[in-house]
Amino acid sequence: MPLRVALPKGRLLPTTATLLQKSKWAVGSYTEKSRLYRLQAKRFPELQVRIFQEKDIPIQVAIGNYDLGICGLHWIDELLVKFHSSAVVKVKNLNYSRGKLTVVANGSQNITTVNDLKAQTQVIRIASEFPNLAEHFAVTNRFRQFNIFPLWGGAEVYPPESADLALISLEGGKIFSDHKLVSISTILDHSAFLIANRQSLESKDMSELLTSLYEGLTFLHKDAEVSKQPTTRLMIEKKSFVPQASTRTIWLALPDGHQKEPTAELLNKTGISVDGYSTKIGNHRLTTNLADVLVKVVRPQDMPLQVANKNFDLAITGKDWLQEHLSQFPTSPVVELLDLKFGWVKVVAVISMDLTVSDIHELRSLNNNRNRPLRVASEYVNIADKYARDNHLGLYQVIPTWGATEAFLPEDADLLIENTKTGQTIARHNLKIIDTLFDSAACLIGHRDVPNEKVERINKITQMLRSTAEEE
Amino acid sequence: MKVPRCKGSRDLSPQEMSQFRYIESTFQEHCQKWGYEEVRTPTLEYLHLFTSTGTLTPSRLGKVYSFLDWDGWSGERIVLRPDGTIPVARLYVDSMEDQELARLFYVTNVFSYEQTGTKAREIWQCGAELIGSDSWLADVELMLLALETLQGLGLDNTELKLSHAGVIKAYLTCLGIDDKERGKLFDQILDGNSVVLDSIKIDKSALRDLLPSLFTLNGKSSGFLKNIRSSLDNNLTEFGPYFDNFITITDLLERLGLKYVIDITSGRGFEYYTGIMFRFSINGDEVGGGGRYNNLIPLLSNRNIPASGFALYLDQLIPHIDQLTTPKSSVKKILLRNISEELPPTRLISTAKRLRKAGYITSLSFNSEVRPTFYWLLDMQQGKPLYTLTNLATGSQSELSAIDEVLAKLREENAP
Repeated sequence: MPLRVALPKGRLLPTTATLLQKSKWAVGSYTEKSRLYRLQAKRFPELQVRIFQEKDIPIQVAIGNYDLGICGLHWIDELLVKFHSSAVVKVKNLNYSRGKLTVVANGSQNITTVNDLKAQTQVIRIASEFPNLAEHFAVTNRFRQFNIFPLWGGAEVYPPESADLALISLEGGKIFSDHKLVSISTILDHSAFLIANRQSLESKDMSELLTSLYEGLTFLHKDAEVSKQPTTRLMIEKKSFVPQASTRTIWLALPDGHQKEPTAELLNKTGISVDGYSTKIGNHRLTTNLADVLVKVVRPQDMPLQVANKNFDLAITGKDWLQEHLSQFPTSPVVELLDLKFGWVKVVAVISMDLTVSDIHELRSLNNNRNRPLRVASEYVNIADKYARDNHLGLYQVIPTWGATEAFLPEDADLLIENTKTGQTIARHNLKIIDTLFDSAACLIGHRDVPNEKVERINKITQMLRSTAEEE
Repeated sequence: MKVPRCKGSRDLSPQEMSQFRYIESTFQEHCQKWGYEEVRTPTLEYLHLFTSTGTLTPSRLGKVYSFLDWDGWSGERIVLRPDGTIPVARLYVDSMEDQELARLFYVTNVFSYEQTGTKAREIWQCGAELIGSDSWLADVELMLLALETLQGLGLDNTELKLSHAGVIKAYLTCLGIDDKERGKLFDQILDGNSVVLDSIKIDKSALRDLLPSLFTLNGKSSGFLKNIRSSLDNNLTEFGPYFDNFITITDLLERLGLKYVIDITSGRGFEYYTGIMFRFSINGDEVGGGGRYNNLIPLLSNRNIPASGFALYLDQLIPHIDQLTTPKSSVKKILLRNISEELPPTRLISTAKRLRKAGYITSLSFNSEVRPTFYWLLDMQQGKPLYTLTNLATGSQSELSAIDEVLAKLREENAP
């Protein structure tokens, strides 16, 4: 069995690529622009190298898909703090790409220390991409009552209206915030780590790989650029503009990322102008030309949960993310108000072309004859879990992924629940669709119970957007 | 065929279940004799019930099974009950606060993650709580109730270990350790790690001198505590009331003829204890423990209501219960069998009903197997004789023609 290594995309990539270069691995195409997920290392021709989102790596190593991996300590601890006995071993601190995991509050909240929080009697809401570490922080500080909002990103935008605290990773760059954020507590200093699967470390000879990396690491740290890497400071831009919100204010959540452009176009056609939404980097709190309507720009994945908690009154997200939310919380008060008729995708079940089965029933029979769990990889963990349950897939495990799920088959998963526009990416990866779960498009969502002072205006906005969407 | 069971969980066989019920009913009987009333709390509780300071130590909170409910979009977590006492305190605050004194008991399971998966993650407890009294007599009552229950189970060799949370806390206060650090140290001592005290620089010589005798010796009489108290600096007034309380309790136990060992470092990961703490063990196995927790109910209700309680660990007790002492049902079981196809099943069913009404455990036979748990075999057929009764122990048979004759025969044979 050849050894398998998981390498990170994103912020860790440049220095990791330098490390591998210094370690003389000769990994071709490990660059930011490359679209390849599986690479070759000339020095170790047998070695299988696979590129992942950094977040995916601790899980992939823990479940034994990969023997070694490189990722930030914060993502390792996010797994280990909740699942103590995960089969992940921290092998070496690589000591680059340093950062701090910090609990921040909004400067307007009069919270500056942990003791201020302990004195609070009401529920403390913490928003974070690191929900397990956030819970650990709350428990070890003995907060009386706390709720954790798990997020896909942009936690710093949530306080003070939508959360009391955000647990965020400060990684050298600037965090854009229109309010002054104050650091309450740094819970972890992190940097890139080399991790190994416990069983692999116990039973496989990986010494040659490890030695080469350690040699490379020595050279890397002699390099002035890396050792002089600045320690991260909380660098937050204080913008002069602070939207004034009241209890009458309608909060509209708009998506960042690739849904931004069609959403901006829709708003434009409707005659709703949102200052600064179309600019590339901008504020996350924006004003509109509608009276008492403010905008927050957040991840579409995070919107349904926030609407359920009445942090936003209206949100433009995808039906897929609404479905994901409802699969986890079937009685949630979030409702779809309007189909916006853009951003069409299908959510499908996908397997490798090499499997002879042609539908989910045949896959079930196939799975019943094996004694290891069927690995279902998906960004939509709750939809995937419900799909596996509803189809009686028997022994299965859901592996959460953060994008590029199609690269998981066949080595790292057996079944994907994935979205696709045209099916071309799926075909290009030698995969086939065996089931369509539902059609998704952008939609406007809201809460079932709307306060009286907002009903009329919410209905009006919905009606305006409906007219535009129907013209399409 | 082997179908895997969840890690850290166990099944109880009929044999183990009869031991389980035996322990449960013995406990129930003793509690009721002392005037305790049974309660039951739900398996699911909110996480925040257990997170505030003064409830579970962080190391135990890290092992709680918590999750989001199907309507948990607010992020409110719920847990599988990790402790027996705190839910009972909640129940008291919720619906019994008008009672000045509540004596409550329960048999319940509690859940706590265990890393290796080889030890139990679901633990059964027999617990009793005495809510509303700050008297040392209440603490002694609970110890006596626990010991009587263990004696009732035929366990005469119980070892009783005593400690005092008040004394530990007073010691830490005297050290001049601030609130936050003090809580941490207390947690660690309760988690069984008194070595942490070695690493602390102790300025006051009186406290330094106290350290070895208080934390490493095992006293066996109230004299031990009196010795320590006499060596206490007059300035260390914080200790006074706790030592007096500890001495009063140990004095009484002595006068009652009970043996005990004073081991200050015996805690169990519960922050809520404020006074006496006690543990029961048998041949080195810890089978129960408890103590006074005066601050727990005030934490939940802001009313100053003292309480103390204990729990016996059912799973730990089972191996110590001699199978032979577990009382078997004195009723001898009957296996009822139809040996002719012509006999209508209604006859069989009505006969079984008569036998059960007369107090006999009666099972219908569906195959040729005759398990040794049966004492009698009763065959029925269409025709004569209608009944054949076989004593499976002796092999003796009687042919009978009416159910009354069968009942008479059974009565006669069962007579002492």
